[in-house]
Amino acid sequence: MTQTIIWTVAILTVLGLLLALILFWVARKFKVEEDPRIDEVEKVMPGANCGGCGFAGCRAFADAAVKAPNLDNQYCPVGGDEVMQKVASILGFTVAAKAPQVAVVRCNGSCEARPRTNEYDGAKSCRVKAALYSGDTGCAFGCLGCGDCVAACQFGALSMDPATGLPVVDEDKCTACGACAKACPKHIIELRLKGPRGMREFVSCMNKDKGPAAKKACANACIGCGLCAKTCTHDAITVTDNVAYIDFNKCKLCRECEAVCPTGAIHGVNFPKELDKEAVKKRIADRKAKAAEAAQAAEEKKEVANG
Amino acid sequence: MGKLTFSMGGVHPHDSKFSRACAIEELPLPQTVYVSMAQHLGAPAKPLVAPGDKVVVGQVIAEPGGFISAFVHSPVSGTVKTIAPRKDLAGNSVMHVEIAVEGDEWDPAIDRSPALVTAIPDDKAAILDKIKAAGVVGLGGATFPAHVKLCPPPGKVAECLILNGAECEPFLTSDFRIMVERPKEIVVGAAIMQKVLGGCPCVIGIEENKPEAIASMSAAVAELGYPGIQVQVLKKRYPQGGEKQLIDAVMHRQVKSGGLPIDVGAVVQNVATSLAVYEAVQKNKPLITNVLTITGDQLPVERQHNYLFRIGIPLSYIVEQAGGIPETAAKLISGGPMMGKAISNLDATTVKGSSSVLYLSEAATRRQPETNCIRCGKCAEACPMGLEPFLLNRLYKAGDLDALEQNAAQDCIECGCCLYSCPAHISLLDYIRQAKGQVMGVIRARAAAAKAAAEAAKAAAEAK
Repeated sequence: MTQTIIWTVAILTVLGLLLALILFWVARKFKVEEDPRIDEVEKVMPGANCGGCGFAGCRAFADAAVKAPNLDNQYCPVGGDEVMQKVASILGFTVAAKAPQVAVVRCNGSCEARPRTNEYDGAKSCRVKAALYSGDTGCAFGCLGCGDCVAACQFGALSMDPATGLPVVDEDKCTACGACAKACPKHIIELRLKGPRGMREFVSCMNKDKGPAAKKACANACIGCGLCAKTCTHDAITVTDNVAYIDFNKCKLCRECEAVCPTGAIHGVNFPKELDKEAVKKRIADRKAKAAEAAQAAEEKKEVANG
Repeated sequence: MGKLTFSMGGVHPHDSKFSRACAIEELPLPQTVYVSMAQHLGAPAKPLVAPGDKVVVGQVIAEPGGFISAFVHSPVSGTVKTIAPRKDLAGNSVMHVEIAVEGDEWDPAIDRSPALVTAIPDDKAAILDKIKAAGVVGLGGATFPAHVKLCPPPGKVAECLILNGAECEPFLTSDFRIMVERPKEIVVGAAIMQKVLGGCPCVIGIEENKPEAIASMSAAVAELGYPGIQVQVLKKRYPQGGEKQLIDAVMHRQVKSGGLPIDVGAVVQNVATSLAVYEAVQKNKPLITNVLTITGDQLPVERQHNYLFRIGIPLSYIVEQAGGIPETAAKLISGGPMMGKAISNLDATTVKGSSSVLYLSEAATRRQPETNCIRCGKCAEACPMGLEPFLLNRLYKAGDLDALEQNAAQDCIECGCCLYSCPAHISLLDYIRQAKGQVMGVIRARAAAAKAAAEAAKAAAEAK
């Protein structure tokens, strides 16, 4: 009896030791070398897994960051500079500060300005609606109003305004991940620089139709008249396909374009003072008069020199 | 042979052929027509005229913009005013040629006499050239260029030509009227296509709810006596007129996923296309007219019409000629109620494939609010392609493209049976159409990548 117990204990002990040895060997042999910094980087990431950086999630971002030679091609829009600095300090890189961005809706065709020409009662999805036809207004470029962007936003930063039928961006919540811009079949949502204290200037229209057609479809449409581009002293505005576009890297927020726009398609947001259009127009007129005077004087000087 | 039908799925909407007794009337000419450059599947046509040019009826005004494309001819005589983008039925900008109508002067090469020409030319290549030059496209709905379909790729043999006279969409009666009024021309057209395809037999499929058409077509077949043409009566069932369903019904063969009808030896053409082929080959008349039904669910019969119209006439003019939009109409549809498109823009113009203007009442068209799927499986039962629409809908919403492809979202023929049969009123077709588009994009991208890789490998092998 005792012998049986001894044998059993001995066999099981030897077996246990043997298996432990095999497991130990396997663990050594097939060990996956993972950089511990991946875990460290992942810990400082926001953990939203939104894909705004272009990677499948925060861990994929961390993995790529650890393997990359520098951080020039990677940026977490949700965490912003704060997180990027932390990531850089873990990995021993340096990153330049990036100005924060925000989603901007480039359509201001409210229900009032853009009369409905027909009624849509199909599936509540902008993608479906866009595949069927140009929309329930005369404008084939504007917001379709079914809220695909709202559904795409993980941060609750977008909502539909029932009064205008257009999406509204909550700037405090927006992380500029770009999910809404991808979801919009009309591509009216753009990521733009947030600007100093949130101040920015943009053309809130994408209508590529010629002036009269655009105006007929929507009272707030950009008619491509080019007044803004002629007025801009910073060379920030271009008009292509009958739509103006403000380059946010060149714009100096002087608001002159906004003052001269005949349809109100150019919007300025978060400015401390309301725009006094007449004063700005006067400023432009004065400057033009001065420039004309100077040009004339120069001409006269030239004539004198030549004569 | 008894009545045939396809093997899987399908629905039975009321056929509502209220305008069946209305004989074809010729629509008077308006002052201006707008001829679209995108009237066919494939690349848009390239205009050959300039503003100020004088044109006559039947003159070529645009040439094909690619292999799958078609010629476009002037439907009227007059002066070209502008060549500019204009909004089509769905509100999208398409290039149109605007022609101011002056008189009605025809190209002298066109034989306008009603005499039937039964002798079929011998030269196949010449026939195909004539069909191509006449800009004939499939008039069953897809407007695929006819000459492309009539040239089977090398290695494939046409075993049967199927003429589609099913007209399974409710309301439409344009094909029915031409089968009743012009059966002989259709049969000669069929014989011409038989000749091109190498003398294969031809079956004319007509649904049982059109006895007059069956009688007239049978009489024409018997009288003209071309070998190998027969009329086949089909059971009434939607979507019998779908290409793959018709092949299944007539030949009992199934086209595999991603395959073409010619893979199973079938070529399907609409009866209206057959008439266009007859006119092109025997009368030198390009495709500049078609028949369009004006009907509706609450429209009195005296206001319903079957019009022979010149392509390019604006819809607003046709509606006006037919007595304006009735008060009962809540929605206007171009095409049948199952697959047609709602008209959001009456200024749009008619194209080669225009088949109807439907006035549907609020009760007939208003969509019910969507509720939750109750998993009854009616959509899967109704799908003629054997798909599971409820599953595809869920996979689309989950964004699972791999699973969508495995479940053959790309095989959807967009017939709308799932949406029609859904008791929860879920917009299944709308979502599946999106899914199909995305899956097709993935398949095309993969094919392009594979081709590029094969070419790169070939280049590398040659470099060695």
